[in-house]
Amino acid sequence: MASGVLVICEQRGGVIRKVTWEVLSEGRRLASQLGEELLAVLVGGPGIMGGAEGLGQWGVRKVYVAEGEQFTDYRTGPYVRVIGELARRVEPNLILMGASSTGKDLVPRLAARLGVGALSDCVGLRFMDGKLVGRRPIYAGKLYAEVMCKGVPQVATLRPNVFERLEPDVSLRAEVERLEVCLEEVDLRVRQVELREEAGGRPDLTEAEVIVSGGRGMKGPENYGMLEELADLLGGTVGASRAAVDAGWRPQSDQVGQTGKVVTPNLYIACGISGSIQHLAGMGTSKVIVAINKDPDAPIFQKADYGVVDDLFKVVPPFIEEVRKLKAE
Amino acid sequence: MLDKIHLRRSIVDIVVLMKQVPDTEAAIKVNAAGTGIVEDDIKWVMNPYCEFAVEEGLRARERFGGVVTVVSIGPSRAVEAVRTALAMGADRGILVDDAALWGASDSLGRGRVLARVLRDIGFDVVFCGKQAIDDDMAQVGVVVAELLGVPHLTFVNSLEWLDERRLRVGRQVEGGTQVLESGLPVVVTCQKGLNEPRYASLPGIMKAKKKPLEVKDLAGLGLDGGEVGKAGDTTEVLRVEVPPARQAGKLIEGETAEEKAMRLALVLRQEAKVI
Repeated sequence: MASGVLVICEQRGGVIRKVTWEVLSEGRRLASQLGEELLAVLVGGPGIMGGAEGLGQWGVRKVYVAEGEQFTDYRTGPYVRVIGELARRVEPNLILMGASSTGKDLVPRLAARLGVGALSDCVGLRFMDGKLVGRRPIYAGKLYAEVMCKGVPQVATLRPNVFERLEPDVSLRAEVERLEVCLEEVDLRVRQVELREEAGGRPDLTEAEVIVSGGRGMKGPENYGMLEELADLLGGTVGASRAAVDAGWRPQSDQVGQTGKVVTPNLYIACGISGSIQHLAGMGTSKVIVAINKDPDAPIFQKADYGVVDDLFKVVPPFIEEVRKLKAE
Repeated sequence: MLDKIHLRRSIVDIVVLMKQVPDTEAAIKVNAAGTGIVEDDIKWVMNPYCEFAVEEGLRARERFGGVVTVVSIGPSRAVEAVRTALAMGADRGILVDDAALWGASDSLGRGRVLARVLRDIGFDVVFCGKQAIDDDMAQVGVVVAELLGVPHLTFVNSLEWLDERRLRVGRQVEGGTQVLESGLPVVVTCQKGLNEPRYASLPGIMKAKKKPLEVKDLAGLGLDGGEVGKAGDTTEVLRVEVPPARQAGKLIEGETAEEKAMRLALVLRQEAKVI
């Protein structure tokens, strides 16, 4: 009989990514509801073993670790081989991972290998008659669906920045098991040429706590400097509407909305964005929304917690100065 | 020796997996049963990410020759989206339409259907959207690759053919790009930025009417609706609902823009506690 909640940890460059703490926290909550154990699997390059025991602080009883050169950077084949074989042996009841670019690449393949469907990008999880039910946005958040798992294992990815991160308990330690791995030729057919990190050091939109976003009202790419300044001041990142991206003012990776990224920051500041239905779908679950726009009838104001009807070029610079003062206090 | 030369194919079998979805600007309403959406009055379009897939398929054919086949699952209205792909330049279309698939929610089931079609028609490279913008599962392309035992490359926003059997792609990841190389066969899921999809030209639209478009049911594919349809799903949609409305917001008043800016900073600090 399947038992246990298995969390797939995610690392880059040997550092465990933030979404993993959120997934471990939710995994711990679900495991305690089930009266089952929280388990984790960590796959990474040489040295990754060092971080495994500490996962116990999150309530993990046992961590399975695959360590080796071939695991340094994420690649589907080797990772799915390791985790798939582990899942067949351990037979967890639940498998959870962050809905990051890695989670969205790995989990559907893993689930198919295990003969089940998976729930993507959940924002809430609960049990009904012992079955996992995920709440997930569809149509980019225009609607929500409650979807139940009927097979075993029950597999879900969790949207970053949504699930509450619990405080670790430093007195706890996890048992660690090293996995012996035998990769097959088929697992190695895709070769990584390089992993190119963008300069700037700002967090990714999907992980950012604060997003300062600009639309058509920014009038041109040269005016985004003040949004970058504000984002840096708040420890956040810069987003853009589809109009701004299609105009070539900002890279596609900055686009927020139904055909861009769906984001859930603590604070979303929309500057010169009217708020098309597809943009609102992409940022509507932000915790606090601020809109600065000179058109009082702009649809963005219907979603905004705080609205400023005025010329953004007159509002943003003094706003930056005021925030700087408040931060200095 | 001669035989070997003939066996080495430079002509590529290109397949595009495509889905018809509501337009991004459509207002989506929940149906009376609370299990799906109201489909009347919706403008149906090709999933925007599938447009990148069709375009990439056509570019591969322009380079290496071969045939671009568009495969879709959907009800009869989805024929229109397949025709759009044919009008863009694809050579032939296959639509799987079967009542057993209606209301199905499971990416695994859909993946099994598409994998069967792909096995039947053969493929060297498969392009599909990174996700459909209706159920936003972002799984089917990956599931198909697993079922066929071939690699997949997801969220691809740049692609370069190294030769007719090998490609290099850029894959969008948080804060960067992963550059990967793969041989064929492979499944590629396409992200915005990969290319600029062409529009269907008027002659293209005329030609599309004469291109082969097959509609198949599950029995015709040798599949059991009880397994790959709604009845066999391992996930089930219990309910679909409108998100809770946000409370009415507050307009920040002030005589001047500077005054509004100062008040905004204060409420964000003291009331919302987010800065």
